[in-house]
Amino acid sequence: MARRGALAGDLTASEIVRRRLTGRQADVLGRAFEALLLSALLVALVILVTLLVDIFRDAVPVLSDRGVDFLTSNVSSLPERAGVRQGIQGSLTIVVFVAILAFPLGVGAAIYLEEYARDTRMTRAINANIRNLAGVPSIVYGLLGIAIFVQFGGLSGITGGRSVVSAGLTMSILVLPIVVITAAEAIRAVPDGIREAGYGVGATRWEVVRSHVLPYAAPGILTGTVLTMARAFGEAAPLILIGAATGFLSTGSGGFFEQLRGAYTALPIQVYDFATRNLREFQNSTAAAIVVLLVILLLVNAVAIVLRNRYERRW
Amino acid sequence: MNEGGEGVGTGTRSGGSRARPRQRPYTGVAVKTEREQRRSEASGDVIFDVRDLSVLYGDFRAVRDISLPIHEHEITAMIGPSGCGKTTVLRCFNRMNDLIEGARVEGQILYHGVDLYAKEVDPVEVRRRVGMVFQKPNPFPKSIYENVAFGPRVAGFGGSMDDLVEESLRKAALWEEVKDDLRKNAYTLSGGQQQRLCIARAIAVAPDVILMDEPCSALDPIATLRIEELMRDLVRDYTIIIVTHNMQQAARVSDRTAFFTVEVGEEGRRAGVLVEYDATERIFTNPSNQRTEDYVTGRFG
Repeated sequence: MARRGALAGDLTASEIVRRRLTGRQADVLGRAFEALLLSALLVALVILVTLLVDIFRDAVPVLSDRGVDFLTSNVSSLPERAGVRQGIQGSLTIVVFVAILAFPLGVGAAIYLEEYARDTRMTRAINANIRNLAGVPSIVYGLLGIAIFVQFGGLSGITGGRSVVSAGLTMSILVLPIVVITAAEAIRAVPDGIREAGYGVGATRWEVVRSHVLPYAAPGILTGTVLTMARAFGEAAPLILIGAATGFLSTGSGGFFEQLRGAYTALPIQVYDFATRNLREFQNSTAAAIVVLLVILLLVNAVAIVLRNRYERRW
Repeated sequence: MNEGGEGVGTGTRSGGSRARPRQRPYTGVAVKTEREQRRSEASGDVIFDVRDLSVLYGDFRAVRDISLPIHEHEITAMIGPSGCGKTTVLRCFNRMNDLIEGARVEGQILYHGVDLYAKEVDPVEVRRRVGMVFQKPNPFPKSIYENVAFGPRVAGFGGSMDDLVEESLRKAALWEEVKDDLRKNAYTLSGGQQQRLCIARAIAVAPDVILMDEPCSALDPIATLRIEELMRDLVRDYTIIIVTHNMQQAARVSDRTAFFTVEVGEEGRRAGVLVEYDATERIFTNPSNQRTEDYVTGRFG
């Protein structure tokens, strides 16, 4: 204020404005904050890159020497013969279970919560609890899986106890809340104007949901579901409890259903298994298995991104 | 029931609306009063009879004790300041308020003598007869064709869908602009075209009444004028109720006008009330209520 008064005396109006507009001092604090944020990003990136480089360095010998053989070999106590075929098979089977069970159940629950349920205290409590369930540690789901699918009399007769069926069912329960949440968010993102337009021409609730809400929410639902499958693919803790085999495993005998109910393993479990072997050569196998796991996860995520970009809508 | 033959002279009226000075919207007063005279004498004239209507959202009484008759083959405008409940009342005519959680209606709306809020009335059936055009153009993110065809399809329409789509788009004065590319996504249309598409969509189910909730508020003046001309054409076949913030629009297009306002009652509770309902010409030139006059002359606080 004082400065302005002093200047105003003998300067033209334009000169005053010019000084005001250009006379600002460097924003030191702002710059410092920016640098802080940048360094936070760099630290995260450096850690990630180091990790990846380290793993790839160990993995390259195995993958370049054995190539496809590593992917198609069974578990073995000899590092030069050990492969991840059974792990990939087990993990894929689990993902198929998730797709068949968790997807329809989760999306169905989400549609009910968003389109049908009245906004009562009960619905709000259910919503809050689904969010909490999504945050429950996966090991707890593993314990639940043991209790229900492995040890419970009637069901273990069907699942075969410690089997890939039990693992698939457990993993479906594990991702179910996440499917519900992502699907509900996708459904909520459909503007109310669209629903009103549907009701306005005399459509029933079911017709509005089927013809409008679901098709427009589909990309979001799909993206979310694909990501939950990636989660199911990479999860290890519950599988340890459900009894994924570490160490020697013979599969390939018996029919399809027998295999489903028999011993199994999964890719993350194989990583764990390789890592705990004493032979030094297994370190490289561990890294190679991790690379396989990462590549599959990246592929799944890429599918999700492609789906999202392809069907993305702007309202 | 829609070919009442009452639309005599509407064509010239809508054509002339462009040149009309803003302050004195009505040049065709004599024609109009005569028309109204004829109407009020005709029997079966009232299509909606609103009796002591109150709408509550939870404990909040949004509008209170509204009573007014809506006449067939007329455009009835509902005007008033923001928050006076005109949209709320409009949404009662096709039970759209049912979709709002906690909304409750007291009183009656008789549609051809049937209480719309009677227990056995199916709201879906009501909405097939009473269509709606919303404030913001809200086409489905589908093709132009699908937008129009959806309503008839869910209503079980058995005739030629192509013909119906064309007829509806023609009535909505959109056909010439889109006829070459009906498969185009509706979102590629301009705002005004989208709103006419929404009108076509409403017409396609052959409704009795079309409700319009500030249909031009998101449109530029030229698009607005097209919609207004369209409304004058449509009123020959349909009954139209329009909510508008734009008083000139009400003066230009409507036959009758209802003026709503907000009243602050005991305990400072605000509720929308109907102040005056009369022929549009009288509302804008010689209103009987001081509050109406203050509002239409722009003196409203």
